[in-house]
Amino acid sequence: MTLEPMPLEPLAPEAPLDPVVARKIQGRSPWRLAYERLRRDRAAVIAFVVIVLVLLAAIFAPFFATITGHGVNQQFRGQPPGLTPEGLPIGPNHNFWLGTDDQGRDVLVRIAYGARISLFVGVVATLLTVAVGTVFGLAAGYFGRWVDTVIARLVDVVLSLPYLLFAIALASVYHADLAIVIIVIAFFGWASIARVVRGQVLSIREKEYIEASRSLGASSWRIMFVDILPNVLAQVIVYATLLIPVSILFEAALSFLGVGVPPPTADWGQMISEAQGVYQQAWWFFVFPSAALVITTIAFNIFGDGVRDALDPRVEGL
Amino acid sequence: MSDDILISADNVVKHFPVQSGSLLHRSKEVVHAVDGVSLEVRRGETLGLVGETGCGKSTLARCLARLFDITSGKIVFDGRDISRLNPRQMRPLRREMQMVFQDPYGSLNPRRRVGSIIGDPLAIHNIADGQERKRQVQELMELVGLHPEHYNRFPAEFSGGQRQRIGVARALALRPKLIICDEPVSALDVSVQAQIINLLSDLQDFLKLTYIFIAHDLSVVRHVSDRVGVMYLGQIVELAPVSDLYGKARHPYTTALLSGVPVPDPDEAATRHRIVLVGDVPSPIDPPSGCRFHPRCPKAQQRCVDTEPALVPRSGDSELHPTACHFPVAEGEDLTEAVPQISVADRVVEPTSSGGERP
Repeated sequence: MTLEPMPLEPLAPEAPLDPVVARKIQGRSPWRLAYERLRRDRAAVIAFVVIVLVLLAAIFAPFFATITGHGVNQQFRGQPPGLTPEGLPIGPNHNFWLGTDDQGRDVLVRIAYGARISLFVGVVATLLTVAVGTVFGLAAGYFGRWVDTVIARLVDVVLSLPYLLFAIALASVYHADLAIVIIVIAFFGWASIARVVRGQVLSIREKEYIEASRSLGASSWRIMFVDILPNVLAQVIVYATLLIPVSILFEAALSFLGVGVPPPTADWGQMISEAQGVYQQAWWFFVFPSAALVITTIAFNIFGDGVRDALDPRVEGL
Repeated sequence: MSDDILISADNVVKHFPVQSGSLLHRSKEVVHAVDGVSLEVRRGETLGLVGETGCGKSTLARCLARLFDITSGKIVFDGRDISRLNPRQMRPLRREMQMVFQDPYGSLNPRRRVGSIIGDPLAIHNIADGQERKRQVQELMELVGLHPEHYNRFPAEFSGGQRQRIGVARALALRPKLIICDEPVSALDVSVQAQIINLLSDLQDFLKLTYIFIAHDLSVVRHVSDRVGVMYLGQIVELAPVSDLYGKARHPYTTALLSGVPVPDPDEAATRHRIVLVGDVPSPIDPPSGCRFHPRCPKAQQRCVDTEPALVPRSGDSELHPTACHFPVAEGEDLTEAVPQISVADRVVEPTSSGGERP
């Protein structure tokens, strides 16, 4: 199939392009523009740096163990002493920079290892949530009719379940482990994303370019994932970045309640929980894991706000 | 049926159900968007469709392109009955029949690059990919007067006229036999309209295309069409070769529409009798009885209320010029003087206040 060039006099109104200029013509995608806006947002950049630092701490957690010489689950009962003679944690000193916990373990090393769990759960649970929620939202919005009805009822049911009770019940039946925690978070999170996506799809599917795609013979799948998805992706990404801290907090809450990651795995929520008994004698055991949790979630929240402002310039920062 | 006919519609009906009333007392009503339209389009010709907003011309176009399921009737494309095909069965036929849309802003996906938009039909039908697709897309861009270098731009970086060229290029990518243009120039400036119309007619000569051209601008339709159908409330009221329609229109509605076309010469404009129709277009949920135009027609009589006129040649017109009117307009007849002879209840009363409300 070739098209011969045809002489169209009224159709050459534009002067031929300078070849050097022509090579430079490369449309800046909406993503690129958003990225440039994000880079100008100082708070978001700082938050991003903090996130990267937490990420590095998680990746190089063994490095903390190496320089301090303290294993993550190593209990110091002899030399150097990890517990006072009365059996209480020891405060920050040259040996234990952030003190020890009630078992005589190094808090600093455990926080670094805890970052692994938090970030892993935060990211993986969010990805799962977003993937499930987006697919259900797309299907509900695009197909409508009974598909929409079924998914909408499902969303109602999920959103009306008391998720903490449900999670505790589930964890007491099955052995609590990382996979269960992630599945629980995704199970309770997808519904709200599905709602957001469905609403977007309802307005997008009426656009003329969707009709144009149908007139070209595109399949429903193609329309959903090639035409509609890129237009809801901005909202989904904003939602996802704001969902990461929520997932981290949810995981910490589950571990705090003892239905999350099983001990002796180092985990922030679990450390805060263990610190309950001794925090009047050992503030460091309580404060440092909490601070790690707060700093991480705030950084993700600020970064998420920045992403939202960058992707949707019409919304002024709140 | 002769081989000459590319697409024909036989008594096509499209009703949209609407729900009204409260949650408990729900009444199902239907909008009679297209109500019994029959037409034939010959290969290589341009059939214009005109009518006011809401007369069903865009719905008819989407029915012919089978973007909508039709309520009843029959559509034959290239000798094949397509009225009951499902989307999967329609897919191969999409290569032969394309649409150009009205809104150059709404009809291009803002998140996709132009090259990907124009290449979409090639991708969907597995015609070409990679470098070959890019080459073909750039050829198409050249064909419609766009810079092939703009391949990687986004729709937002083009003007309205350029966007419409993108839409035309996309429609041409599959080398279709029929292109349905749904008000392709209504959203454009007049000077740009001319460019797009010239582009479409050049392409028609070059690629042997058949057009169904929808517009509400009578002068545009006159310029591009071989034959013109006038629609009112979901029906074709008059169908004629362009010279007949603009020379000796038979239907009072056509006459009224034509009298509203601006004339460039002010002297001629001053002497012209403009027919001002009373009232608004009635609701397509509950269309008037008999001839649907009777409440607004200056020539209406009791027969127009009682019986629906058939779309047949009137007053010695040729087979090519049917009109759906009991009392067709004679040549030289002045409708501004006409007085309808039907009871007041059936007729829109002349507005008494400047608000112009109907009783």
